[in-house]
Amino acid sequence: MSSVAFAPVSARRRRTDKLARASVALLTGVALVPLALILYYLVKQGIGAISLDFFTTDPTGSFLGDPGGIKSAILGTVLMVGLAAAVAVPVGVGVAVWLVEFGRASKLAHAVRYFIDVMTGVPSIVFGLFVYITLVIGGAGGSSFAAWKGSTALALLMLPIVTRSAEVVLLLVPDALREAAYALGAPRWKVVFRVVLPTALPGIVTGVLLAVARAAGETAPLLFTAAAVNATAFNYNDSMNSLPMLIFKNVGQAQDRLVTIAWGAALTLVAMILMLTLLARLIQRRSRLS
Amino acid sequence: MSDLAAQRTTTVRPAPGPALQPVASPARAVTVERLNAWYGDQHSVKDLTLSFAPNRATALIGPSGSGKSTVVRCVNRMHEEIPGARASGRVLLDDTDVYGDGVDVVAVRRAIGMVFQKPNPFPTMSIFDNVAAGLRLTARKVSHDQVESALRGAGLWEEVKDRLAKPGIGLSGGQQQRLCIARALAVEPDVLLMDEPASALDPISTLKIEELVQELKSRVTIAIVTHNMQQAARVADQTAFMLDGELVEVGPTEKIFTNPDDSRTEEYVTGKFG
Repeated sequence: MSSVAFAPVSARRRRTDKLARASVALLTGVALVPLALILYYLVKQGIGAISLDFFTTDPTGSFLGDPGGIKSAILGTVLMVGLAAAVAVPVGVGVAVWLVEFGRASKLAHAVRYFIDVMTGVPSIVFGLFVYITLVIGGAGGSSFAAWKGSTALALLMLPIVTRSAEVVLLLVPDALREAAYALGAPRWKVVFRVVLPTALPGIVTGVLLAVARAAGETAPLLFTAAAVNATAFNYNDSMNSLPMLIFKNVGQAQDRLVTIAWGAALTLVAMILMLTLLARLIQRRSRLS
Repeated sequence: MSDLAAQRTTTVRPAPGPALQPVASPARAVTVERLNAWYGDQHSVKDLTLSFAPNRATALIGPSGSGKSTVVRCVNRMHEEIPGARASGRVLLDDTDVYGDGVDVVAVRRAIGMVFQKPNPFPTMSIFDNVAAGLRLTARKVSHDQVESALRGAGLWEEVKDRLAKPGIGLSGGQQQRLCIARALAVEPDVLLMDEPASALDPISTLKIEELVQELKSRVTIAIVTHNMQQAARVADQTAFMLDGELVEVGPTEKIFTNPDDSRTEEYVTGKFG
């Protein structure tokens, strides 16, 4: 048999290839420009506010005197997002387990998936509004604005993110593992807890951390649920400060000192979220499924 | 469940016929009676009746899609795990119908272990935990001796005894499959179903699995599905040939491969089709 002759790549195909490559590279550049600018301005404007006192003192609320730091806002964000995660994560993972292991292609499962998709698209302020109407106006728990109501709004926001990401990861767990466990005589709940969830764990953690990062940066659900105060508060039934709320309040002030604090707080928030995302990446890299 | 467990201790059975291997523990017989199985509308197993003699290896051979795997999956009721799949007929473990009313599927699967085509150790567990998994998943305490005995039974002990805490997926494909066999043996089943256990393995690993089948006959009754006719000829005492969901012929392995009654069997074993 004679060797097969390959036609050389035509000039036209070369041109098309170059054009396609160039346009994709250009679009990537366009997408990166605002990202880089945001980070640049954050660091440029915010770095001046950063000091040890900035993290260890509460805002004073004083217009002319020392404006103080952002301690109450950092703690408030951690506390409220923490409570929201404590509620949304078990529920969200539970829904995902039900969808993948039990509901599967049933009508109810389809309906649940549909509502989760709708919930993902709901603007965050709507969750705030919902909590405002149901819990704040009604004075649930004997308080008007309260941290736990802010957490409720954040939990509602996190729920569809956690559920969706957990469902995707659970679907990645090979059926061969479930079969192996069933063939050993394992009851279904044990298959879920001892085989499926441990295998999917790194991916679930990634999804949870992304949901936490999203909730930590939200202002709208807290605006009229947890409100904002200056002092550090640990009582969930009281108003609580948060980083997004502090930024929101300070950035509109007529004093440069207060605006700088807003930038500093924004830089802190971004740094916190960046650390969470890096952690998520690290865990994902260890995942045995990806 | 109590039904099966009780029977395990009370059944007195005549000693099996002349054994090729010394019988250490008499296993139980499996009899499939008028089994029909469907995947949705697809009728995969048609009116099949077949006996698996205790402490013997029975090979199921036949072309792809002939229903071999479905038959063994019906024996330990794994078939019903697939959405849309159903089965009718009787599968007797000695005298107990595994499809009978009040029979716990969990108890059935403890008595009838299974090894799959592709090695599927649990990726989050160590070698030790993989073997222990069957016992732990069925809520029994696990001793080191049980794990060692199962690994010895699967011919893997010498290779892994120094790294029991290492992940099971760090082993080679052949070792993983023997790990899965150890995992199945750890719950001390009476019957071991092997669904093409060597088809994803290299020839040397395949040979080890085949030797293992010979050894395991002293402990369990074996049903082995295989595409590989030489493998059936090497390991099985009895061979059943299936075609399009029907049992064409069953008999002593030597007879099936040298002097089958049915012309279709002859054509298949001589490589004319399939």
